[in-house]
Amino acid sequence: MHSPVASSIRATPNGLQRCAQASLRCVALAASTLFGLPLRALSLDPAPATLFNPVSTPAHEIYHLSLFVISVCAAIFLVVFGLIAYAAVKYRRRPTDDDCEPPQIYGSNQVELAWTIIPILIVVVLFLASARVIHAVEDAELPSDALQVTAVGHQFWWEFRYPGYGFVTANELHVPVSVEGHARPTHIVLLSADTDHSFWVPRLAGKTDLIPNRRNETWIDPHEVGHYVGQCAQYCGVQHAKMLLNVFVDTPDDFQKWVAQQKAPAVASEQAATGRRVFENNACMNCHTIAGTDAKGTFGPDLTHLMSRSTIASGAAPNDEKNLRLWVEEPDAIKPGCLMPAMQLNEQDVSALVAYLMTLR
Amino acid sequence: MAEAQPIIRPMPPIAVAPEREGTRPFVQTLHDWIVTVDHKRLGLMYFSYGILFLVVGGIEAMVMRAQLAVANNHLVSPETFNRMFTMHGTTMIFFAAMPIVFGFMNYCVPLMIGARDMAFPRLNAFGFWMSALGGIILYFSWVGGFGLYGAGSAPDVGWFAYAPLTSRAFSVGHSTDYWIIGLLVSGVGSIATALNIMTTTICMRCPGMKLSRLPLMVWMNVVAAFLVLGAIGPLTAAQIMLLVDRYLGGHFFDTQAGGSAVIWIHFFWVFGHPEVYILVLPAFAIVSEVIPVFSRKPIFGYNIMVAATLAIGFISLSVWAHHMFTVGMTSYANAFFVASTAAIAVPTGIKIFNWLGTMWGGKIRYSVAMMFCVGFLIQFLIAGLTGIMLSAAPFDWQLGNSYFVVAHFHYVILGGIVMAVFAGVYYWFPKVTGKMLSESLGKWHFWLFVIGFHLTFDFMHIPGLLGMPRRIYTYEAGRGWEGWNMIVSVGVIFQALGILVWVVDVIWSMYKGRPAGNDPWDAWTLEWSTTSPPAAYNFAEIPVVRSRRPLWDLKHPEDPDWKYE
Repeated sequence: MHSPVASSIRATPNGLQRCAQASLRCVALAASTLFGLPLRALSLDPAPATLFNPVSTPAHEIYHLSLFVISVCAAIFLVVFGLIAYAAVKYRRRPTDDDCEPPQIYGSNQVELAWTIIPILIVVVLFLASARVIHAVEDAELPSDALQVTAVGHQFWWEFRYPGYGFVTANELHVPVSVEGHARPTHIVLLSADTDHSFWVPRLAGKTDLIPNRRNETWIDPHEVGHYVGQCAQYCGVQHAKMLLNVFVDTPDDFQKWVAQQKAPAVASEQAATGRRVFENNACMNCHTIAGTDAKGTFGPDLTHLMSRSTIASGAAPNDEKNLRLWVEEPDAIKPGCLMPAMQLNEQDVSALVAYLMTLR
Repeated sequence: MAEAQPIIRPMPPIAVAPEREGTRPFVQTLHDWIVTVDHKRLGLMYFSYGILFLVVGGIEAMVMRAQLAVANNHLVSPETFNRMFTMHGTTMIFFAAMPIVFGFMNYCVPLMIGARDMAFPRLNAFGFWMSALGGIILYFSWVGGFGLYGAGSAPDVGWFAYAPLTSRAFSVGHSTDYWIIGLLVSGVGSIATALNIMTTTICMRCPGMKLSRLPLMVWMNVVAAFLVLGAIGPLTAAQIMLLVDRYLGGHFFDTQAGGSAVIWIHFFWVFGHPEVYILVLPAFAIVSEVIPVFSRKPIFGYNIMVAATLAIGFISLSVWAHHMFTVGMTSYANAFFVASTAAIAVPTGIKIFNWLGTMWGGKIRYSVAMMFCVGFLIQFLIAGLTGIMLSAAPFDWQLGNSYFVVAHFHYVILGGIVMAVFAGVYYWFPKVTGKMLSESLGKWHFWLFVIGFHLTFDFMHIPGLLGMPRRIYTYEAGRGWEGWNMIVSVGVIFQALGILVWVVDVIWSMYKGRPAGNDPWDAWTLEWSTTSPPAAYNFAEIPVVRSRRPLWDLKHPEDPDWKYE
């Protein structure tokens, strides 16, 4: 799913970074094989959706904190593991030992004090480092021209509203790139229509839950054009697994073009009039909206510009004629347990309907 | 002043109590076990019941791992997978881990404080049977879950059952009701047992057994019992509220009528985090007994160990919202829970250092029990360190609810608690049955289990770091998760083999094991002064102790412990 656009635009790491990466790779490989230290992911290049390859300020802040915390923990591990291994080997009973008991030591105030105070100091440092990042991310002041998006979690898809532009789309979030001198962060309000969900695109920001009857928020300011993948990270029901999040970061021009296209009403083409009638005469219109028609349902995704999206069913299948047809005929074949009913249309109606859907660009 | 010697009369080796002799008909024996109020039998029943569910929960885990081994797998349906992880989590926490640690508490605490039974033997039986009933109700959901619909099902809302997924709008049928009532009933049993352990420790200690001489095993189990009282209450309250929501038109968690989903999360984790310590303190307890005996040294820093245990008990009541860093709390609340969570690392660290201090300068005898303890130390260290990573709230925003978290808490529970439980089994099996477990099969068990554990849970951290959320029944190829998941699944086979070897070892040794004698490990606490297995009345004569290691005093009259207290 990694976009070629993103990797070509990514800055080349300088020598020092490369060197650091290479040595980390060796250490991490050995460590993860032996002791399960989670450093292995650092060595992946180009990284998939991982927090170790951030492209947005909140993810950057977390990335730097994570390197610090991992280093501290790795150091503690090496010291304490070394001591345990040393004691376990050095003080084992040997065949040559006599039967008498070793000296009975009951404790030592100095030593105990030391291993109380040192951890307290480490904890204080970790707390301060975390508190700084919490403040930097959660309490950040966004500029007034930040793009406002409202994300609404549904079983099992994402609704994205752009209140500033007055349109609604689904499953694929488009935001402008936010670069030095032309900062345009995106402020995302998180709501839920049914159960809990969680908005998680690791390269852009940490996750924040979407909870019914509650307003949460998060923000991103992606520095690189590209396609970033995430998915729902809070169990929300049968199809929690197929609730992907696709975020497209566009250049300002591309973003404006996309906005203009999304704002336009649905294309009304004569040759697809039959399919449109099928849509309007069946239950489709109860759940889906197609701007400029009578279909105003909000239970399912807005289909006004369906064909501008690359996937259907929240990332469960590529958006092409074959899959659209299958989706209308038998949604469970793509996403078993999803809330879209099989409409039981006849062959002719399905063909007309799919032909109509294919015109919704 | 008291006399110079403790009074502990080893029981004469006249084998078992009369009612245990093997000629009774099976039905009679079964009846004896069902109506028993003997803390040792109830302890064994708790333990066996827990092991039964450990195997059941393990099979559920194996189904999940088979499904996730490769991308786009269709082995089980999403509905089945969701039931598997819900039942796995619920089973392992409430019906495997808790009964197992309660089994150890029940068996060991009265023996270690020189008592003849618990303070309330019948309440003890009541507690066990309530827990047993809870498990049966939960598993009855497989046949009764859909109620009138005629088909069975099991709960599929996840073991923490976040609202409003549990409301009638999203959870039709009765599977969630079985889940609620199963936990409600077993919770009542847990509270009964906790009260009993506390009362027993406070009131039933033998002469000379001051609080400052309590074996650490007893100290830690008592603190765990206090935590049960503090934690199960909120859970029970929340379950009742949920039942009211589902059947009496309540709106506590009904978000569509103005209820709060977040309140459920708070209630659940106010229970859920102390629960971790309810399980881990008894594991610490076992390790604190086994390491000194096999290192041939007293526990290093007894006082600070007790203080650290109490500190863990208190702090663990104030850390619950670190499970909630992603629900959108204010920055101040997040910072507070970072601080309290990181703070609990200090007393936990003290414990690890004290166990290390106990081994230091000793003559460590690597019996299987001690091998499990060393494995515990290293694995619990790693579990603690990934816990530190998760305690940093911003890092948790990335790691929370991913496979990294799943790896972390399995490190705690399997790598820590279960390893300690195995150590405890190898240590006390000779006392319980009068037979030794096989050391060579034990070593097979240890290595198979440890290799399987590391294959599974070391590599499980990685998909989490690569963005794989937990509780997904399948995933696409090409996101960097496939290979790791395969390794994780393969590790399960080794763990299952390890458990199999252990079960064979236990059954074989029960009949054919080498006779153990009263005190095979040359240990120091009171249970080793009585027969193996102990008579129904535990001690022919109530012992009198003068130090923390009464049997040391007895064996080394020239240099007794009480001189140094």
